[in-house]
Amino acid sequence: MANRHFEPDSPELRARWGQFSFTKENIARADAYIARYPAGRQQSAVMALLDLAQRQVGAETQTQGWLPLPVIEYVAAYLGMPVIRVAEVASFYMMYNLVPVGRYHVQVCGTTPCMLRGSDDVMTACTNKGMVKGKTTPDGLFTLTEVECMGNCASAPMVQINDDNYEDLDFDRMTAILDALAAGDAPKTGTQEPGRHSVEPLGGPTTLHKMVDGNHDYRGEWK
Amino acid sequence: MSLADKDRIFTNVYGYQDWSLKAAQKRGDWDKTKALMAKGQDAIIEEIKASGLRGRGGAGFPTGLKWSFMPKEPRADRPSFLVINADESEPGSCKDREIIRHDPHKLIEGALIAGYAMRARAAYIYIRGEYIREAERLEAAVAEAYAAGLVGKNAAKSGYDFDVFVHRGAGAYICGEETAMIESLEGKKGQPRLKPPFPAGAGLYGCPTTVNNVESIAVVPTILRRGAAWFAGIGRKGNEGTKLFQISGHVERPCVVEDAMGISFRELIEKHCGGVRGGWDNLLAVIPGGSSVPLVPAKDIIDAPMDFDGLKAVGSGLGTAAVIVMDKSTDIVRAISRISYFYKHESCGQCTPCREGTGWMWRVMERLRTGDAEVHEIDTLWEVTKQVEGHTICALGDAAAWPIQGLLRHFRPELERRIAERGAAMREAAE
Repeated sequence: MANRHFEPDSPELRARWGQFSFTKENIARADAYIARYPAGRQQSAVMALLDLAQRQVGAETQTQGWLPLPVIEYVAAYLGMPVIRVAEVASFYMMYNLVPVGRYHVQVCGTTPCMLRGSDDVMTACTNKGMVKGKTTPDGLFTLTEVECMGNCASAPMVQINDDNYEDLDFDRMTAILDALAAGDAPKTGTQEPGRHSVEPLGGPTTLHKMVDGNHDYRGEWK
Repeated sequence: MSLADKDRIFTNVYGYQDWSLKAAQKRGDWDKTKALMAKGQDAIIEEIKASGLRGRGGAGFPTGLKWSFMPKEPRADRPSFLVINADESEPGSCKDREIIRHDPHKLIEGALIAGYAMRARAAYIYIRGEYIREAERLEAAVAEAYAAGLVGKNAAKSGYDFDVFVHRGAGAYICGEETAMIESLEGKKGQPRLKPPFPAGAGLYGCPTTVNNVESIAVVPTILRRGAAWFAGIGRKGNEGTKLFQISGHVERPCVVEDAMGISFRELIEKHCGGVRGGWDNLLAVIPGGSSVPLVPAKDIIDAPMDFDGLKAVGSGLGTAAVIVMDKSTDIVRAISRISYFYKHESCGQCTPCREGTGWMWRVMERLRTGDAEVHEIDTLWEVTKQVEGHTICALGDAAAWPIQGLLRHFRPELERRIAERGAAMREAAE
């Protein structure tokens, strides 16, 4: 199990986050999530609400967001759950940040399929920019984490930065993406391999050629 | 046997065309769904049984048979649920992502038909948290289906009420285990439950539940449209149908591709991936079904049929058909040790053999990687994998043990070589 801890409770933390409440838009979203589950089962929405809360904290702090204890308490009250039940969900799932993170959360996949395709070089591109695993850069721009398989193995190696994936990376491509983000640009997401569309073999698909240029209906060929 | 394009189910797998409802309908999705449902619930289950479809999430349990365990007459206070496992997290696996972002309506139509057949009142699609854009796409596709009256009240004018809900995970591999997924859906930590009771008896909220993989559900409408005999006519007996293969690692052109079950490893790689990097003589080993199945050395895999029985025969498994190819440049001990780290990271902590064992095994693997070990520790490691395997609530313990066992079975001389080499270097340094 991962070694995770909450940001300690303190008067400063309370002063900053004690008054947290969902925005009007997020209340509407939260209630729509709760409505997906049977009456009395609102606890099922805890994951969605923690994500909403983290995103709202992110918007307020210009970072990916995280979950201070008072925010966890707010979610618990919203759902009528004991705080500990919400806290243990927050600590169990890796996507909830328990401590502050930077503007961009750079999550480099290091699991074997990415490793075989050169994730070491992607990681080096990050450390080369002064990033340290598990830490945020002094300017608050980047937090670096090595993560486990993200399910992009046919376009490995990859990184997820906040909500977007960048695939088919190497040292130079990763460096270019980090430079673009630092400059305030929005680099192209998805595969970085020129000429590749998604996860077809590079150079063009070996199957379903008719789908490339038109929305082909194969039913006429069924017998 | 070569699969023709007309026999491929996921025609928009690469997303060259629009994913949305209108485009999907032009490709044949949602075509007379009402008529498919009118065959009747038991007839649909029989058809899926006859097609030979086995679960595409890894275990390969017959899908139709699984559905038949659900109650025929659910009680009003205990509705039945279909849970669709889109928590694709097994290292090497990346097929459900393509279905969700490029062909989501196949999944939603499949959810309705499968849910109807098993008499469920709703489907929850549990998508892994890291699939952020994919979840947005899926939500949009579900909204389209609702707006068009294809799901919800009187779904697709069938007279059957059926809801489809998306539930996002938040980063926990273990939630791909069906009972952990149910716990997570209930808003708890994803720690697996003891079985029995099985989910078909007491699952989500204590109600009858079936958990199926995305691919298993998304192929259902096409099987019903074309008939069980069509699907069963592809592949080998007991291993029927088409399959999305995901090839990663040291091939010239990694990809996701749908082909016939039972295609040989050689044909799969030659036809779709441009061969092994550096040629066939450069192939070292293959993990043919995602990280939890044992690796297979080159000589055993090259002509093996890529299906459940074919890979079982070479001491491994089809798993999710996530094919991780390793050439001779691979540090094979590091490759497996990294998988051990993965399981250490993803152990939920509930069972002691797994919680303690995954960390212990990884630490020994790291020492074996550098040769900083004694030869007898190889045997101790083997013993420990046997202590973890089969002694935990869920299969994560097994999944952590098997890759190591595969390494020890096939690459023991390499481990001993590293130990001897480091030993010699240390003696030299001491002199």
